[in-house]
Amino acid sequence: MTETVLSVRDLRVAFETRRGTLTAIDGVSLEIGRGEILGVVGESGAGKSVTGSAVIGLIDPPGRIAGGEIRLGSERIDDLPPEKMRRIRGRRIGMIFQDPLTSLDPLYRVGEQIVETIRTHTDLSAKTARARAIDLLTEVGIPAPERRIDGYPHEFSGGMRQRVVIALALAAEPELIIADEPTTALDVSVQAQVITLLKRLCREHGTAVMLVTHDMGVIAEAADRVAVMYSGRIAEIGPVAEVVRAPRHPYARGLMGAIPTLSDTAERLTQIPGSMPRLTAIPPGCAFHPRCPNVFGRCRVERPEPILVGGTRVACHLYDARGEAA
Amino acid sequence: MSARMDDAAEAPDAPRATPSRLARFLGSDLWLNFRRSKLAIGAFAVTLLMFGLAFAAPWISPQNPYDPAQLELLNSNLPPLWNPDGQSPFLLGTDDQGRDVLSAVLYGLRLSLIVGMLGVVVSGFLGIGLGLVAGYFGGALDTVIMRVADVQLTFPAILIALVVDGVAKASFGSALDTNATILLIVVSIGLSFWVQYARTVRSSVMVERSKDYVQAARLIGLSSPVIMVRHVLPNVTGPVFVIATINLALAIITEATLSFLGTGLPETMPSLGTLIRTGNRFLFSGEWWVVAFPGIALAGLVLAINLLGDWLRDALNPKLQ
Amino acid sequence: MLAFLIRRLAQAAVVLAVVGLIAFAMFRFAGDPVNQIVGPDTPVSERAEIRKSLGLDDPVLLQFGRYAGNVLRGDFGISYQFRQPVTTLLAERMPATLELAFCATLFALSVGILMGVYCALRRETFLAKLFQAISLVGVSLPTFLIGILLIFLFSVTLGWLPSYGRGDTVRIGGWTTGFLTVSGLKALILPSITLGLFQMTLIMRLVRAEMLEVLRTDYIRFARARGLTTRAIHFGHALKNTLVPVITIAGLQLGSVIAFSIITETVFQWPGMGLLFVQAVQNVDIPIMSAYLLLVAAIFVTINLVVDLLYTVVDPRLRTSVGRTA
Repeated sequence: MTETVLSVRDLRVAFETRRGTLTAIDGVSLEIGRGEILGVVGESGAGKSVTGSAVIGLIDPPGRIAGGEIRLGSERIDDLPPEKMRRIRGRRIGMIFQDPLTSLDPLYRVGEQIVETIRTHTDLSAKTARARAIDLLTEVGIPAPERRIDGYPHEFSGGMRQRVVIALALAAEPELIIADEPTTALDVSVQAQVITLLKRLCREHGTAVMLVTHDMGVIAEAADRVAVMYSGRIAEIGPVAEVVRAPRHPYARGLMGAIPTLSDTAERLTQIPGSMPRLTAIPPGCAFHPRCPNVFGRCRVERPEPILVGGTRVACHLYDARGEAA
Repeated sequence: MSARMDDAAEAPDAPRATPSRLARFLGSDLWLNFRRSKLAIGAFAVTLLMFGLAFAAPWISPQNPYDPAQLELLNSNLPPLWNPDGQSPFLLGTDDQGRDVLSAVLYGLRLSLIVGMLGVVVSGFLGIGLGLVAGYFGGALDTVIMRVADVQLTFPAILIALVVDGVAKASFGSALDTNATILLIVVSIGLSFWVQYARTVRSSVMVERSKDYVQAARLIGLSSPVIMVRHVLPNVTGPVFVIATINLALAIITEATLSFLGTGLPETMPSLGTLIRTGNRFLFSGEWWVVAFPGIALAGLVLAINLLGDWLRDALNPKLQ
Repeated sequence: MLAFLIRRLAQAAVVLAVVGLIAFAMFRFAGDPVNQIVGPDTPVSERAEIRKSLGLDDPVLLQFGRYAGNVLRGDFGISYQFRQPVTTLLAERMPATLELAFCATLFALSVGILMGVYCALRRETFLAKLFQAISLVGVSLPTFLIGILLIFLFSVTLGWLPSYGRGDTVRIGGWTTGFLTVSGLKALILPSITLGLFQMTLIMRLVRAEMLEVLRTDYIRFARARGLTTRAIHFGHALKNTLVPVITIAGLQLGSVIAFSIITETVFQWPGMGLLFVQAVQNVDIPIMSAYLLLVAAIFVTINLVVDLLYTVVDPRLRTSVGRTA
């Protein structure tokens, strides 16, 4: 693998609420290399967005990072003072959110917002920054950028706005971009365009991307590797082809089986019975065991550690140290 | 984009048997909220105290300040009891007529509360009535009522109250007896504050009107007023109650202001506002107690009611649950 | 845009017409205008003469037309108390009221916005809680009580500021101003605070609530993700978005302030239109009362219109879809 841009080890994020401390993420480990797109997939509430927020340091009270470490390159960034973290945000890590409609300040022109980001992180003059902003808009595929740079966000369509958001995230040339559901709020046709754009930019700039989504289609299309999350833990993480075509973790198997395909002749989609447990009621042992078709004694008591099987890391007792499925 | 962890952590409801109304109330969020809020409890206690004092005024006042026979000029301009020149039984001092300030404040509190509450009742009836009509019948009636409401909203209540007052005086002559004056003030206040009720009730009615149970009632042949009062009205009680509480404070302030301006209750039967007006004259000669105590009573009353209204509004607000 | 303007002007005209009708009704039917001009023992024949000369026997519609015509020419009739044209009386006193209203609004805006922003950004501090307590008091205390309290504190006890009147004023053309003399400025302080306190608390609460809302938006979160400085986020983006609705509401308040001056002017014996109105109510001077009503309506309507137009200038989203606002 190429040089590692992001390395997350055993990350834990906890929220203090009236009902006690809730652990949103419990022991998540992943890494992303240069120019690589890691998909992070899972149901709502599995902890995907929290992972992204933790990496960029935007976990707000009552939440906090309760354990583990996050490294950008070789430096640790999870314990930095706020001002140092601020300088990393935007400059070395960029983030784009789900809804382009609400991501942009409606009272400022698009160009002003890009220039502001550029000049916060570099010493460029206003003129140079503006020229660079026009370049960025061209890169993300906005037609007539010299004119549209002075437009207000509401004057752009949804897809165009998301491109502007990507331009903003790229403005200071970060090494890593966290894309939190970047296509969920867009039309299907526009989705494809945005994904293609992301992939191209990633190849051309060598930016690492953490692509958080619940849409397996997007993952299959764009990601190099994928991490499947469940109940704040990673069930399986590995190359996309392996995880999608031959999933090992029972939950991942269930997920892939639930995706409708045109070639499928089955009458009904397979469904995983039950639902993901609430944060206040995470089962002991393996979090998935109450719903697992392959559950056995050990699953109920002991939490599985990730084990390398082939090219994938799986957290399931079915694959103990001896290797293949029991 | 922040993960809403709290929502994910709700415990499922446990089934329970149907309890009595009192038990339901004591278990309700409203009561729990109240018990936890020291401010709300304090405000409620003060309000209750004020109401109690006002109600009991005729019995607990050392003196009846309206009765000229009980006044002696000899006792005039006495400072409060803790001042070396003070005299018993005048706990809070006397004014230039020998009137006991404590008694005057108690009676004034009584008047202020009575007028305020009557004002709320009038504006409530007017507002709810007009709101029901506008919302239920819609059409031209609705438009007219709402336009009038809009026009009226551009003017502050005190201006409307003053105008009504002035016009009444012009039409009926300035020789109005005290009861008529009270009626006039109550009507002025009522006319100034109905809009809030009307708007709230109207929107609720418009929501309810299209619901099935109203259509069903119509089919059975129930007349419109019956439907409105019996079915629609109970659904509006929550917000109306909040409006009424805040309105009470405003009504009391409006009456006090009218009296202070000389167009409210007269000096022969003074409310707290009138007392402040008369006492203001003595501020510079150093006799502060004639103004201070009515002022404190008024301020305390309004503050308590406002706090209660604020708390009630937040407690009943579905968005904040 | 033009359609919007015409519609608002039409609305304004309707409001003024309605108020004009009420003012006329008061003018003509409240009490007997003849009684106000002559004593009770004037013979009936003379009264009939006077009635005829005043045009009181003509059809009502004609009288209304005459009234409206007069009003549009600036003729509001003769005051019963002072035997002078109402217009002259009002014009004499308008500078006093307007200067007071201006200072009060200035006070309310500056202090209110400052306190509101502070309370939003430093929510848990003692000072913020203190400000909130003050705001509750400001809303609860009747204006006249505040005035009396201030007089007692600063005039009677400390002797720093005057308790009544405008001090020395300077006449410039048709305007008398208190801004150019020390005593004039001193005299403005207590009444301005009294008049502006209620508005100040309103603005403070509004700014605080708005700012807290704004700080929770996606675009603020995105701004943080881009590593913008706290200063840029709070005062560039958050504040600007907060102030947009606030400015318009404050503008609307200006009208209230002019009307509320009635009370403040009475407490401080400030020779403005408000005091004139109160005296008119006390002495049943109908012409002044109806004129004041019309004037206040006109001021309100004008301010509303200006504020609506201002809104479209300030918020770029409204420039293209102006028809939305009602």
